[in-house]
Amino acid sequence: MSNATKSIAVAGAVAAALAASLSAPAHAQAKEKCFGVSLAGQNDCAAGPGTTCAGSSVVDYQGNAWTLVDAGTCADIELPAMADGSERMGSLEALDRDLPA
Amino acid sequence: MNVDQDTFRQALLDPQAPRPAGLSDGHGQDAGRRFDVYRNNVTVALADALETAFPTIAKLVGAQNFKLLATAYLRQHPPTSPLMMFYGKEMPAFLQSFEPTKSIGYLPDIARLELALRHSYHAADASPLDPSVLQSTPPDTLMASKLKLAPATRLVRSQWPIFAIWAFNTLPGAPKPTMSAQDTLILRPDLDPEPHLLPPGGGAFVAALLEGTLLADAIETATNEDPAFDLSAMLALLLSNNALTDLKD
Amino acid sequence: MFDENPRPIDRLPNAPGVGYKPQHFTAITNDPGVVGWLEVHAENYMGDGGRPLAQLRHLAETFAISAHGVGLSIGGETRLDPDHLSRLKHLNDWLQPASFSEHLAWSTHGAEFLNDLLPLPYTEATVNRVADHVDELQETVGRKMLLENPSSYLAFTESTMSETDFLREIARRTGCGLLLDVNNVFVSATNLDTDPIAYIDDFPLDHVGEIHLGGHDEDEDDHGAPLLIDSHGREVADPVWTLYDYVISKGGVRPTLIEWDNDVPDWPTLEAEAQRAQVILQKAAA
Repeated sequence: MSNATKSIAVAGAVAAALAASLSAPAHAQAKEKCFGVSLAGQNDCAAGPGTTCAGSSVVDYQGNAWTLVDAGTCADIELPAMADGSERMGSLEALDRDLPA
Repeated sequence: MNVDQDTFRQALLDPQAPRPAGLSDGHGQDAGRRFDVYRNNVTVALADALETAFPTIAKLVGAQNFKLLATAYLRQHPPTSPLMMFYGKEMPAFLQSFEPTKSIGYLPDIARLELALRHSYHAADASPLDPSVLQSTPPDTLMASKLKLAPATRLVRSQWPIFAIWAFNTLPGAPKPTMSAQDTLILRPDLDPEPHLLPPGGGAFVAALLEGTLLADAIETATNEDPAFDLSAMLALLLSNNALTDLKD
Repeated sequence: MFDENPRPIDRLPNAPGVGYKPQHFTAITNDPGVVGWLEVHAENYMGDGGRPLAQLRHLAETFAISAHGVGLSIGGETRLDPDHLSRLKHLNDWLQPASFSEHLAWSTHGAEFLNDLLPLPYTEATVNRVADHVDELQETVGRKMLLENPSSYLAFTESTMSETDFLREIARRTGCGLLLDVNNVFVSATNLDTDPIAYIDDFPLDHVGEIHLGGHDEDEDDHGAPLLIDSHGREVADPVWTLYDYVISKGGVRPTLIEWDNDVPDWPTLEAEAQRAQVILQKAAA
């Protein structure tokens, strides 16, 4: 493609993009300024005054094992271990083990 | 017996370490488990901060496993700044080397996506470019210009279907992910960051814009990566999310 | 964001305030009830923009704001973090809060930020250090600050002075004001088996620019002695209200904050706590 042809193509793309974005309700204009509402999970990871109600009994997760009983949603996702499609480096069972201290 | 802050800190993040001597209940008896209040405050508060920062990772590995993971992480990587909203930047590398998670190849990229969402949330505001500027600029000038993106824009490129994995864990009814490489663009039209799955070539295009490449070169990069690259759809996505802020020679 | 300053309100009213939580934004802007001012943790507003700063700018047009730092580590053995000092200056310049406060505690060690308010021994050496740091902070930010008394779970055997003498000396040397956390007084007195009334009687109440009230949890030490935890996760306890009443009747009315940072309740529950403070403030003003 010559530069002139490219420029014509980009002009067409810009025109189409403008038409598309103007026909869709633009976010900021369509939505009332509503900064009280936040999508879940996007709120502050807030700095606090260093207070929790954890108390004095030592919170020690080291005695607990990594478990598949409470394995979360990754047990439902069937994907290879590596992005190139190669198998897992360890089996599912291999995950069910104590954490290194 | 003086307790310096080095001694205090060593015992704080290591529950196996002896508690510092020189601490009492105020009446001559050793402080004992009173010291553990500080140990627990630090551990629980940092683990909570990580759970807030990485909700998708927490869902993927399960709540109890995440607590284990968070505790190991915070002992290895205590915060280095009082800005807790940015705590967790080493999480992708940590997930890659942490024994129980290292065989789940996509986890580090999910952590990158969650970090990007958080940084987008706190990024500077910017006024969007008036779309008529695009229309009134001659095509040749446009091709030789740089399109500037809003500070809240974040691109996460991955060999994994990370958008689909994020959606599966976040949006009700989203389908189970299948294997594909996905590039995700986080845009913040106003105050809420939203991830968008990019079409073919879109990741290369946005990456080029973020590097300050001229529009003509960005288009070429994107088309080289995928001939199906659709400039019009790409520009429409950016325009309708207030992501373009300037046009520069 | 930082180029659009909110209209500053230059002093906290002698009324109840609450620790601001984003989930209460709509309720507060619709009807704040008796709540006359808000406190924010300074570190949560040190991003570059977005919703946190948009909300704060909006609130600061209606409410006096107290900026309460939780991360400077004034009691730290090493020098104050220059980056954090400039962030505090930047926030103060932009927001121009009615009050600015920090804690008598440390939280930074080397490059690490430990995210807790860790305790200090009360000695001549720590007085010197804390006074230097308060001086540096006040000079950098260009305003007077309030320094808050901590909750204590243990004591340092090396301490040679009382907490009240320590705070009085810091105020004398630096000209800073004090933030009196009445729950912290009660928690520390219970934990160290001392008399909270005697503490208040010895406290330089004239220097107090603000009062904090918060909830605590109950635990016990190795010997079964009560160990109260400053959890900010529930209502203010009855004996703390009694102690607060004593403080106000003795020292006069002060801006009084309800702190509720964990298990944050709905707005009516939080506002009801503010009403309780309002009753005591009105009784003293009458």
